[in-house]
Amino acid sequence: MSERTFFANARLLDPASGLDETGGLLVEGRIIAGFGAHLDTPPDDADVIDCDGFCLSPGLIDMRVHLGEPGAEHKETLTTLSQAAAKGGVTAVVGLPNTDPPVDDAAVVEFLARRGREVHGVKVFAYGAATKAMEGKRLTEVGLLKQAGALGFTDGLHAVSDAVVMRRVLAYASGFDALVLQHVEEPDLTHGTVATEGEIATRLGLPAGPAIAEAMMLERDLRLVELTGARYHATQISTGAAVSELAGAKRRGLDVSADTAPAYFALNETSLMDYRTFARLSPPLRSEDDRREVVQGLISGAIDVIASDHWGQDQETKRLPFAQAEPGAVGTETMLQLALELYHRGEIPLLDLLAKMTINPANLLGLELGTLAVGRSADITVFDLDRPCRIDADNLASKSKNTPFDGRPVQGMVMATMVDGRMIYDGRD
Amino acid sequence: MTFLESSSLASPHLLGIENLTPSEINLLLDLSEHYVDMNRSGSKKTDLLRGRTIINVFFESSTRTRTSFELAGKRLGADVINISPEVSAVRKGETLLDTALTLNAMHADLLVVRHPESGAVQLIAEKVSCSVVNGGDGAHEHPTQALLDALAIRRRVGRLHGLIVAISGDIAHSRVARSNMLLLKTMGADVRVIAPPTLIPADIDRYGVEVFHDLAEGVRDADIVMMLRLQQERMRGSFIPSTSEYFHFFGLDRAKLANAKPDALIMHPGPMNRGVEIDSDVADDINRSLIQEQVEMGVAVRMACLDLLTRDLSNNAGDEA
Repeated sequence: MSERTFFANARLLDPASGLDETGGLLVEGRIIAGFGAHLDTPPDDADVIDCDGFCLSPGLIDMRVHLGEPGAEHKETLTTLSQAAAKGGVTAVVGLPNTDPPVDDAAVVEFLARRGREVHGVKVFAYGAATKAMEGKRLTEVGLLKQAGALGFTDGLHAVSDAVVMRRVLAYASGFDALVLQHVEEPDLTHGTVATEGEIATRLGLPAGPAIAEAMMLERDLRLVELTGARYHATQISTGAAVSELAGAKRRGLDVSADTAPAYFALNETSLMDYRTFARLSPPLRSEDDRREVVQGLISGAIDVIASDHWGQDQETKRLPFAQAEPGAVGTETMLQLALELYHRGEIPLLDLLAKMTINPANLLGLELGTLAVGRSADITVFDLDRPCRIDADNLASKSKNTPFDGRPVQGMVMATMVDGRMIYDGRD
Repeated sequence: MTFLESSSLASPHLLGIENLTPSEINLLLDLSEHYVDMNRSGSKKTDLLRGRTIINVFFESSTRTRTSFELAGKRLGADVINISPEVSAVRKGETLLDTALTLNAMHADLLVVRHPESGAVQLIAEKVSCSVVNGGDGAHEHPTQALLDALAIRRRVGRLHGLIVAISGDIAHSRVARSNMLLLKTMGADVRVIAPPTLIPADIDRYGVEVFHDLAEGVRDADIVMMLRLQQERMRGSFIPSTSEYFHFFGLDRAKLANAKPDALIMHPGPMNRGVEIDSDVADDINRSLIQEQVEMGVAVRMACLDLLTRDLSNNAGDEA
């Protein structure tokens, strides 16, 4: 008889089925054995976790993180990343291919899978590079990478800017039904810039690029998607113009999707004041109008997914003059808390919000995760929806502490995270 | 003690015009007047800052500003040291804060810092325990230049309030333009900026300035015409088709100047590109040009800054010893 865990008195939330009811959930070994309002008494031999009314949802899937390993272990390792993710209620992460060496060869995908098993924390997946060395020139072995486990193809922070190359990436990937993810920034317009053009960048004297660079690249890509019929996903949407483009494309019936990160719905360019390098991100923070339109995009469904874009940077790369600092912020640990701001402000219903971190990314990536279902992996997140607290950079589990949200009051706290029936984080008092 | 002798600034640093109040600007200018008089008299030197150490840290080459700060420090009796950290090493980044910490350990009383990156001087100020004066950071601010420009104008015209000041040139890459816009608007002048659209930064109207794309139009009825250098070293790619076309539309010559007030004054922070943004004939007209006076005012303004920023220090020195 395998080990049994019973979550009692939980508010069961399953965005995929629309379930929102109080009840119990039974885990047997690695899988969910049953759940629902009818399940109110634990089996005799089960470990009982009294959720006391806390929310229980499918484990969150963070579909965009920078792994650090291999190549930048001084910033983040899979071990620290896994601890950070678990603390944030995340049970699966998908890493960008911008490691060193990059994930442009099946061997690197296999290496990451092995390291993920060794770390034995959250599930670790990876994207393959769309082009060799992410140089935007030659196609990678999409088929072999996909067979090895790559969940999609992207050049990470580099947009594939050459239209011919992008057309071929999309066309070739479509033959394998592979998802192509694009960092939508027209690089000729944004090369060498570190901020969004506007009053703040002007006053700070920082090299800045126009916000339209995002919609421009997206618009071109959407034409190529129409031409090739590929599955396309735009990452880190940060402008209202891009939100409109996406909404239009979806109306036209294109198979497109998009994500954004908490920074783009919870911060705006005023965070750059005083040259705070923790707010140097790629794409850069935008105007307040754009921030609001990103929120609207999340509400309308033009943006399907919330992903953290977690990227650890150490002091060597952040304590620099603003334009010399590396972009990026840690965030997998705070993603849920910041997303919950949208729920607490009454902007997005709870199930819709959770869908953007569970079933939506699972469906896009072809993962049998992100939903509460009998027989599925017991990847579970338990959180107190209302607990007020402050984000504290010093208390982050990630190796690097570069959060632009230090000191921010938030509402909601993860109480427990389970992966394959193993409790990997327990934050109960 | 008089008001001038007893006052000081709210901040221990002078990082920009942005956070100065009108009364602080007036205080700096009034004290500068005092140093202009002193510099013109026989006794150019005081021992006000005797025993004080000032380090000029220039991460970017400069003759005019560095010399001016050096002279200012020496005339006040301070020990002045100049260092120009290896630019290539600084490009690697880490060394900037290392340099700051090294300087801090030398117990300087004041650092004057120039750096090619916006915000770098503030970063250093956050890491050291002495006062820091911004000698120009990237395209951000150059506060002592704006102060000396204001002093030159005020001494010649008698006021700043209500004057029409036209600033022409590479506004996008200019810290001098930013500091001048802030100071002149704070003091009640009407400010215009003139440049081709490629050299005007986004949302500049938020400074409360009026934008022109034609020098002849922009200088109409101006009291002051301030010309800026084309900062080709800061430009990525081509912002103008050629310097000759630039001179044709944006170079200051007699014909365009005729649109300004008859007694309009010409300024330039230097170094000038004669024949690019300004005609020699105009630049050297001693009746119209304030350019030499700007240099003279520079030393006095920097003496006032050094004096004011070391005042609180003087009071504490006994306790620390």
